[in-house]
Order: sequence, then C-alpha cells, then structure tokens
Amino acid sequence: MTNAYVVGIDMIKFGRFPERSVPDLGAEAALMALDDCGLKIQDMQALYCGNLGQANAMVGQRVLQQIGQTGIPVVNCANACATGATAFREAWMSIKAGVYDVVLAVGVEQMGRGLLGGSGAGKGIPKEGLLGSGTMPAVFAEAGQEHARKYGTTFEQFAKVSVKNHHHSTLNPKAMYQIETPLETVMNAEMIAYPNTKLMCSVNVDGSAAAVLCSEKKAKELGLMGRAVKVAASVLTSDPWQERDLVMPDVNTCTRKAAATAYEMAGIGPEDVNLVELHDCFATAEILHYENLGLCKDGEAGRMIDEGESALGGRVPVNVSGGLLSKGHPLGATGIANIYEVSTHLRGEAGKRQVEGASVGLTHVIGLGSACALHVLEKVS
Amino acid sequence: MSEENAAQGPLPVVDFLKLPEGGDPYLEGHKCKACDAIYLGERSICSKCGARGEIDPVKLGNTGTLYVYSIVHRSFPGIEVPYISAIVDLDGGGTVKGNLIGVDADPEKIEFGMPVEVVYKDALGRKDKDGNSYTSYFFQPRS
Ligand SMILES: [Zn+2]
Repeated sequence: MTNAYVVGIDMIKFGRFPERSVPDLGAEAALMALDDCGLKIQDMQALYCGNLGQANAMVGQRVLQQIGQTGIPVVNCANACATGATAFREAWMSIKAGVYDVVLAVGVEQMGRGLLGGSGAGKGIPKEGLLGSGTMPAVFAEAGQEHARKYGTTFEQFAKVSVKNHHHSTLNPKAMYQIETPLETVMNAEMIAYPNTKLMCSVNVDGSAAAVLCSEKKAKELGLMGRAVKVAASVLTSDPWQERDLVMPDVNTCTRKAAATAYEMAGIGPEDVNLVELHDCFATAEILHYENLGLCKDGEAGRMIDEGESALGGRVPVNVSGGLLSKGHPLGATGIANIYEVSTHLRGEAGKRQVEGASVGLTHVIGLGSACALHVLEKVS
Repeated sequence: MSEENAAQGPLPVVDFLKLPEGGDPYLEGHKCKACDAIYLGERSICSKCGARGEIDPVKLGNTGTLYVYSIVHRSFPGIEVPYISAIVDLDGGGTVKGNLIGVDADPEKIEFGMPVEVVYKDALGRKDKDGNSYTSYFFQPRS
C-alpha cells in the first residue's frame, strides 16, 4: 500500500459568520488548501465533505458549485463531532486503497449559539431538569466527575486546562478568542454545570478547514514532498458496550481502543508524540484524554496539568492551537482543523506557538453517540 | 388546554417507570439471560452480546449509590435551576440517571458513593398538552 500525505491544508479563522452560507465557508477553506499546494480543483479526483448541520443537503456538491463542477465523485458524511476527521479518513482510505492519487477533504460548520444536547421532549413532558440533564456541559461534567471519583481530581485542576488552552490561543491568529483567562477568572466564571464553568465549555463558532491528500508517487511527481506531512495512522472506532452507557456516554473506551490501534499502525508509542490536538469540548474532557491517549499513566492527569507538562514548552504540549475551548468548535470542521494545526507544526510554520523540533503529532476527536477518530502525522525527513 | 382529554391518574414519565394499580411504583429493567446486561426499556436483542429473544423484564432495586453527578446551573429556557443531575448504580444491578433531591446543590454536601433511595413523586408540576400530570422518579439521600 502507498503512503498517504497531506500536501495542502488550511483553515479559515474561526468566528461567527451568520451572513454567509455553509458551502461558501467550505469553498473558502477548499481554495486555501488548494493554494497551499498550488493545485487546482481540476487536479482533484474526489471530494470528501464533512458537515453535520446540513447533513441531508449535499454540501460537498454545493462547494463544487462554487469552486468548480468537475464531475468528480463527492461523498458527504456526518459523524457528530468526528465528522471532519471522518471525511479526512475517507479521503485517506481512497489513497491507501489506490483508487485515487490526489483528493480533497473539506470540513465545514455553521453553528447556532447556546447549549447543545438534551431537551428533546419526545412524547409526554420535557425530561430536562427532571431526569437529570442531557446538556453537553452536564454530560461532560459527569464524565469528568468519574475521574474525580477515582483519583480525586479537583475543580481547580479541571479549570487549569482552560487557563492553558486560552493562553495558547493568544498565540494563534486563527483562533476565535485570543484572551488570557487566569485561574480565578476561569473558576469564578458563570457556573454552567459543575465543575464546568462558562470558560470551561468550548465555543460554538462557524468555521471550515480543508486538506489535499496525495499518494507518494503523485506527491513526488508533482514536486510536493518538501512540505508534505505523512499520515502515519488513521483510526476510527465506535463505542463498545459499557455497563453505564445508557445513561452516561463513554468517551474513554473508544479513545483507548483507537489509540492502541493508531500507535501500532504508526509503529510508535505515546512517548514519541511531540504534540497533540485532542477533543477538549469541555475542560473536564481534556483531563480524561491525557490518560486515554497514554500521554501519562492512569491517575496522573491531574499531576500532568499541575506541572505544566501539557503546556507549550512542556513534555507533550496539548492543544497549542487554543483547542476547542478557545480556538472554537465548529463541529464538522474541527477534525480537519486539528490536522491543520499539527501539520503546521510539523512543517515548522506555526510561528509564535511553534512546538520546537516537532516530528510526530496526534489528533483526536470524539463524536458522541459515539465515534472516535485518531490521526498520527509525521514530518517527512 | 383541554383537561377533558386528561387520563384519570398521573402517567409515568418514562416507559420503564411502572405504576401498578394498587401496588408500589418501581423501575423496570430488561435483563439479558445470556450475559446479565441490564437495559432500561423493552428490547429484544442484547447489544452487549448480540443474543436474540433472551431478554426478560426485571424489577429494579429502590436503593443504590451515587456514582457521579453534575450540578446544573444553566439549562434551557423555562427549566428551573440549579438541580443535581445524578447517575445512580442501583443495588442489584442497573444504572439510572435522574435528579438528586433532598440535598443542597453544593459539591461540599454531595459525596460519591453516598447511599440513595428512589422516590416517586409528581413530575415538578409539568403537564403535557392534554393536561395530563406525570409521576417521576427522584433520588434522595438515605441514612
Ligand atoms: Zn446479552
């Protein structure tokens, strides 16, 4: 099987663009990714498009209607918050399978504001606030509390994740926010669902990101190996049955399963990873994934955040982009935006937030329901 | 609102809450005979082991322990806050989510593993469009 490479990749600055359309946002990122490698839409053999909010509305085709209707196959996919990463993975598989040599993956989302999840009354009466909460801040608060129950993780330790990621975003011009949030500010912000305050919840934003993937032969032919990033592993899992998962979505098992497979596929271990973009949809979630991804031993995630090991300059910087907490979380775009961030570091082009000497990076997303997608990216030496 | 469409007594808030005539309310699980997995609500195939047609109804316990919780301070419009969203492991098997009542919405007052009982009460005054009232289940601390 051929190796697959990212040869072009980019994202728009995340923000709120209510006056624009989903295909319009997707088209912008698609053109940026093409320009990043100097290719044209006519060079693309297929398009894999991820979007959740308009999953039944042929977003990929509508992107092509804006930038070039070349008649190529288009696959539209939706996989909750793993949507963008799933589109990227479909593109990767088409290269690995030898079906195509150069393809485009786009992730795009336009979000409303406010709470996600919960509420759907179904029949009878609304259950929110009667049978507990189905809101995402509460669901991830409960997931974090499981860690607190096992290891004594504190509200302050969860809050430190937000301090770190908001700090990182001050170095990222494409992040929604570039604002420092000291620990007291995070802990004293409006409590949404204990232990997640408002500053510990990801930001609903509009955004898009896109990548051009290429086979090894084609990348060499086109002279694009110079800035290419190798996709050393691409893994997708769903959630295996768990005792409590009727009432408590399990984001741990599917991540652990994906991580084990990804490290094996890439022929590396977690100790080889130089930076990680992981699914910090809530501050509580990031703590869980340090252990799920093997970045530290079980029970050590609290210590890891306390000692700054996951901060820029630390042992394994996590979410140097600002993460979903501060860069923003446009669901369908997030997975490809994570890959953009890691690729940018591997190319040595991340400016002020550059992780020095980065040669291997990991990206991770979780779509509740559930889907976990992991990618290992490697610098081409 | 047409009260004449309302049923005689309160309705159960979810299908797995049973209100037997002349008996005490209880939560009903469905248990796989092949692997002992417990589900809330009826089903015919076990998603743990894949067994078909092996699932029987079981009466779940009325006591349990608090597994984890969140104190919800912001919810959807019209939903009164704060409330404690609790996940409870029932004695004898089964895990259920609901509101924890009878304790302050303060992390200092709530302990993981604390013993709770299941109590059955009116569903916070909520009624459906036909004017039906509902019985819900809640958890409260037990000594
Ligand atoms: Zn079974």
